[in-house]
Amino acid sequence: MTIFDIFTNQLLNGIVLGSFYALVALGYTMVFGVVKLLNFAHGELYMVGGFAGFLVLSFLAPFIGAGWFGVAVSMVFAMIAIGFLGVVIERVAYAPMLSAPRLSILITALAVSLVLQNGMLALTKGQYVPFGSALGFGGINLGKLFISYNQMILVSVAALLMLALEMFVSRTQYGRAMRAVAVDKDMSRLMGINVNAVIAVTFFLGSALAAAAGTMAGAFYGSLWYFMGFLIGLKAFTAAVIGGIGSIPGAMLGGLILGLLESFATQLDLRGMGIPFKVGSEWKDVFSFSVLILILVFKPTGLLGKSEQERM
Amino acid sequence: MSLLDLKNVSLSFAGSRVLDNVDFSVPAGKIVSLIGPNGAGKTSLFNCITGFYKPQQGSISLAGTETVKLKPHQVTRLGIARTFQNVRLFREMSVLENVMSGQHGRTSAGVVDAILRLPRQRREEAAIRGVAEECLTFVGITEGWGREATTLPYGWQRRVEIARALATKPRLLLLDEPAAGLTSGEKEELIDLIRRIRTERDVCVLLIEHDTGLVMRLSERISVLDHGVMIAEGTPKEIQSNPKVIEAYLGVEEDSLDL
Repeated sequence: MTIFDIFTNQLLNGIVLGSFYALVALGYTMVFGVVKLLNFAHGELYMVGGFAGFLVLSFLAPFIGAGWFGVAVSMVFAMIAIGFLGVVIERVAYAPMLSAPRLSILITALAVSLVLQNGMLALTKGQYVPFGSALGFGGINLGKLFISYNQMILVSVAALLMLALEMFVSRTQYGRAMRAVAVDKDMSRLMGINVNAVIAVTFFLGSALAAAAGTMAGAFYGSLWYFMGFLIGLKAFTAAVIGGIGSIPGAMLGGLILGLLESFATQLDLRGMGIPFKVGSEWKDVFSFSVLILILVFKPTGLLGKSEQERM
Repeated sequence: MSLLDLKNVSLSFAGSRVLDNVDFSVPAGKIVSLIGPNGAGKTSLFNCITGFYKPQQGSISLAGTETVKLKPHQVTRLGIARTFQNVRLFREMSVLENVMSGQHGRTSAGVVDAILRLPRQRREEAAIRGVAEECLTFVGITEGWGREATTLPYGWQRRVEIARALATKPRLLLLDEPAAGLTSGEKEELIDLIRRIRTERDVCVLLIEHDTGLVMRLSERISVLDHGVMIAEGTPKEIQSNPKVIEAYLGVEEDSLDL
């Protein structure tokens, strides 16, 4: 393989990985924008979403098959179910804490995360659960680059969901209300905006996107695990910070950047230059979190975030 | 017939009484001013009217509908809008978007319509835009609609804020120190605008203002609040010669002798 082949191959891998990160990061950033909460339970919604999608698929597969169509239908059901789960979590766990000091609600989020994780641990006995789909292995060859249909569909669906979200936020009255609530809750109330309803919609959409990512990841990688949300939660948080937390385009950009960074960084091979050092895929988390630290130190507002200006 | 009615309204914070048995009303079709020294409780009274503060005692009603039990967004939908002493436009939104956000309580398309962008939602979006454009034109802002609102000159931001309040289709508009920080030319325009709001849009205006000259010229009725107590109510002429008002503003005579 030439350098070019490696490059295109890793570019493809990075885009696929980045799509997952971006979808999950969106929920992080939307919730932070509206209620200023780092929802550390968000990664678990991705995990529970994966299981929910699988459960629906198990029921529907005899009727509609377990191909991409079946997975897509299951994904929609999972998105709706997890969307409501997100709203319930907000109502039960977060809403009573909104006026409490920030730290209290952060700890609540960690607790919600533990409840979901350990709940799934109890249900699955800690075993990997095979995601029984029938996606096939077809694809197209572009020179030495092989792009599977699965990769293409996955990236397209992710892009479509993000485009839909962006249209919703920028072009509709509800999207405007979301942005208004993010800036000034009391002023929003004076505009006749039902702030609690807007917060609920935000949690619904963010959670639904995490469920979409979870279902697609389950189908794509072929298995589910109760702990699979933990790391992607942290990665999505990193992606949101890179893009500027609170910024929706920032989360998309941050996810993509992080995905590309991880896939390229693992190819770093300095042996050709006489340095006995090769970075393997086991180093990718080190790269991600180093970037998180660097961003937090040098540009805490992220690439697209704006600094908050308090006025008298 | 009065549009807004407050009866025996009392409000306390941690034992200190901010409003004390306030009786107050805004007659339909009038421009009314609420004046009083700093800390008299004027802004607290606004916050009670808009539903942000809940008075411990008393009743507030708009055209006969009791508002004390309503949430702020419900009060807005009932027909009360306000602006702030310090302009509070939504950051990172354009001028037009700011004014469009004022119509949230008037739309019927739900979230599902919005996500799927059904024809109903598109029609409504166009209608919202139309109303926003009309409100902006009414306050005299005919250009720069696409600019980020907070980058406009201060005087323009104030007018955008009034346009946004008008977009909620209020029956009563509360203006909290609308003339603060304006040049004398801009103040003339403001007086003209407030009069047009009343006559052309049939909206009652209640303002808090420290610029006495402006208050005397503009108001048809004036109420005076001092230490949470309504001490006087009347026409500008009556207020100017009311000894209680003079005392509240200038202090009692012994104090002035010390000067």
